Amino acid sequence: MEETFGNYSVIGKPMPRVDARAKVTGEAKYAADIELPGMLWGQITRSPYAHARILNIDTSKAERLPGVMAVTTGKDFGGFKWGWSRETRDEEPFATTKVRYQYEGVAAVAAISEDIAEEACDLIEVEYEPLPGVFDPFEAMKEGAPLVHENRPGNICVEYHWTFGDVDKAFAESYLVREDIFQTPRMAKGYLETPAVVAYWPGHDRLVFQGAKGSPYFPYRILARCFNLPLSNVRVIQPFIGSDFGGTKNDMTHCDFAAPMLAKKTGRPVKLVYTQFDTLTTDLRRHPMWITIKTGVTKDGILKATYVKAVADGGAYTRMSPLTMFLTGSCMTMPYKLPNFKYDAYNYFTNNPSSAAMRGHGLYHTRFGADVQLDMIAEELGLDPVDIRLRNAIENPEPGKVYETINEVHMATCGVKECIEKVAEAINWEERKKAKKVEGHKSYGIGFSAATYNGGTKLSAHNACAAIVRVCEDGSVNFLTGASDVGQGSDTIGCAIAAEVLGVGLEDIDIKRVDTAFTPVDPGSYGSRVTVLAGQAAKNAAEDAKRQLLEVAAQQFSVTPEEVEIKNRQVFVKANPQRNMSWERLVRIACYETPGKVIIGRGYSTQGISLLGLADFSKGVGDIGTNYSFTAQAAEVEVDMETGVVKCTDNSVIAHDCGFPLNPPAVETQVQGGGYHQGVAAALYEEFKMDQGQTLNPNLIDYMRPRAYEAPMTQVIHVITNDPYGPFGAKEASEGSCCSAPPAVINAIYNASGVWINDLPAQPEKVFWALKAQKEKKQRKK
Amino acid sequence: MKDELKELKLTVNGKPYELKVKAKTLLVELLRNELKLTGTKVGCLDSACGVCTVHIDGKAVRSCSILAVQANGRKVTTIEGVADGDKLHPIQEAMVEYGAIECGFCTPGMVMSAKALLDENPNPTRDEVREAIQGNLCADEGYVKYIEAIEIAAEKMRGGQ
Repeated sequence: MEETFGNYSVIGKPMPRVDARAKVTGEAKYAADIELPGMLWGQITRSPYAHARILNIDTSKAERLPGVMAVTTGKDFGGFKWGWSRETRDEEPFATTKVRYQYEGVAAVAAISEDIAEEACDLIEVEYEPLPGVFDPFEAMKEGAPLVHENRPGNICVEYHWTFGDVDKAFAESYLVREDIFQTPRMAKGYLETPAVVAYWPGHDRLVFQGAKGSPYFPYRILARCFNLPLSNVRVIQPFIGSDFGGTKNDMTHCDFAAPMLAKKTGRPVKLVYTQFDTLTTDLRRHPMWITIKTGVTKDGILKATYVKAVADGGAYTRMSPLTMFLTGSCMTMPYKLPNFKYDAYNYFTNNPSSAAMRGHGLYHTRFGADVQLDMIAEELGLDPVDIRLRNAIENPEPGKVYETINEVHMATCGVKECIEKVAEAINWEERKKAKKVEGHKSYGIGFSAATYNGGTKLSAHNACAAIVRVCEDGSVNFLTGASDVGQGSDTIGCAIAAEVLGVGLEDIDIKRVDTAFTPVDPGSYGSRVTVLAGQAAKNAAEDAKRQLLEVAAQQFSVTPEEVEIKNRQVFVKANPQRNMSWERLVRIACYETPGKVIIGRGYSTQGISLLGLADFSKGVGDIGTNYSFTAQAAEVEVDMETGVVKCTDNSVIAHDCGFPLNPPAVETQVQGGGYHQGVAAALYEEFKMDQGQTLNPNLIDYMRPRAYEAPMTQVIHVITNDPYGPFGAKEASEGSCCSAPPAVINAIYNASGVWINDLPAQPEKVFWALKAQKEKKQRKK
Repeated sequence: MKDELKELKLTVNGKPYELKVKAKTLLVELLRNELKLTGTKVGCLDSACGVCTVHIDGKAVRSCSILAVQANGRKVTTIEGVADGDKLHPIQEAMVEYGAIECGFCTPGMVMSAKALLDENPNPTRDEVREAIQGNLCADEGYVKYIEAIEIAAEKMRGGQ
């Protein structure tokens, strides 16, 4: 019943995740589940203003409240500032002189109970001088607009201008040129586990931090600098993580600074847990963007040139906006061949909560616009939407060759054509396009899209990662990685790679949560980098351990190590498998016979740094990924022509080229989940409603998340390309479908109803008015 | 008044308890903070996300929206009470085997909602499965494999009985 891929013992076939049992029984401990003896509760005082000068903070009343053990404000941090990169350190742990968004933290307390901590927060008296604010990029860019950061004129956070080829010439030569404006919404990341942390100091110069962070080595580095500690003394121990999706759980939140500071002051463990209200009002959001796309094509629909102008609301602080704007532009040259490309990007500071990375980071915005516009172009030219995609799709390079885009992005494999062909076939497009499906006032339509995403993302600072494989004397194995499983399944993948290389079973490999005191450093769980890069480290570490064992086996069999193999826990001479011994016996001999060995395999990831150089953000050239996944999607929607309610149907297919599916069901949930929770969510459901910096729908009732009843039972087709730069051929899985889902749904709405929804999400009211306008226009024509 | 203690007798996962709780204590707070049953999660405290789903007398309820004292005299089952010792319940087994679980934060609530459904309706239609977990938000896995795993478990449970 289940598909298997490749000729391997462990990988390429369904395997239960190594952490599934702990999760399904409730044993798995998340940050908020941790309780320590003597633990205090922390709470944060936040600003009611979106933009205000702080004139004074008086904590004396709070300090006098019985049960309050400590109070902290930004002043305790001695001017410490932090940011996504050295150049963008513009944020304090707590605002000291000015708040820049509503509910920005200004102080925190630790008390013996949650109730007292909350009461104490209310007793902190902050004197504010409210300031006029800017609440969208178009206000922010106006001359004389209030400045969010006094040292940042024009409120400009990021600006890029790139040109490749000659777009003006190409537009002049084009048969058809279209210009359209698209808009993507302000979105929550969608994790249900809110930020939470427990911190304590086992010694005056030693910090232990257990937080809901997807990338443990971010707080490791930032807290070391903040508290002036050597990295060796910062111990981040990962609990289980209830999803991440970029942003908040990579970066720091107020609670991540408050807990260590309050623990330092009190000498006791301090725990802080955000409410969903805190999360939905202050956590990082997906950037809202206003995207103008101008595209020129030949009469046959071949892309000649594209010009993109992207304007983004960056919110109060820089955070990851430089990377967002890079990704938004960089990958416009995929998955279709594009000979001329120009990009102007503007990201503005506003007095809204900060924007940052989110699953499908950057690419999602422009891929939505460009793939919807491609359908508009196809219609104008009388071309089939599948056909126009196939005509423009990048070909899969011949083995050993690399395709280079005009902005110097390189790929050794590209399965997009196969993906498009497979989804069209699976959804029965040739038959289906002949007749439009209408049932009463419900109209059904199908939309297509294609997308790409970078796997093994490499940034300029800290790319290196490693793994350790320790073979215990009884044959069981400890696998150590610094890469954090936030739900994507990477712990299972790491163990499976180690098991495959060593020739043992998945059940022989043990993995524990990341602990910076023991696990090797890793950049983090972002940019779909873990399987590709930490996976390569795992492979290298297991090979190192295996090499040590093969030497022992070779001695025993009186052959060379190259002549011995280990498979399915059997060690044998390749030429004569009768000469064999069990895995346990080999390990026992290696460990116990004089001179006894301790088998420790070490491996590093090298691709992140050395492959083809790093991307240059200012010029827009180079590789952000080690390799690139490709996705094509076909989605059917049901449009209620009377009410404007749109729903995806179960007629939904995604073909995904992840290179090689190491654990096929995990690739499927990643692709289905990315497509629905962060893709269809943007297309149909989710958007923060704002008023002067205030979030009007900060709860999960008014802020609509996609639920089971409307979930399309998406079929996932695996397209195998075996990428030479990924471990066992693997690329990324999940972020591609975040990018392919919105255009597929919007194209399907047009196919069903004849209306284009260019600004996401296509909530019922918006669709209703668009349908009404269309009806009136038709009547006027009559 | 808000700190006034109320007496409470209830059964949790088959164990009887006699406790004193503040009147304002939520059932989820009792379970997590007092009884240390942290398998039940807190997500929204608005009855919107379903990660705190438990059973009271066999019915799936949101423990964030019920006062602990309202469970007086009732039988409460949490995720910790679903498996039979080391043996997983068929719903748990199907979710593990079928690869339905990603980050796992919604999983305990999802299991409790699915179990309430299958205890009452051993042969649900797909729409009934979807409806049973409609109140359980998931953030990452797309619901497809959860739905299929619950159907597989239902089939197994019917066959086994």
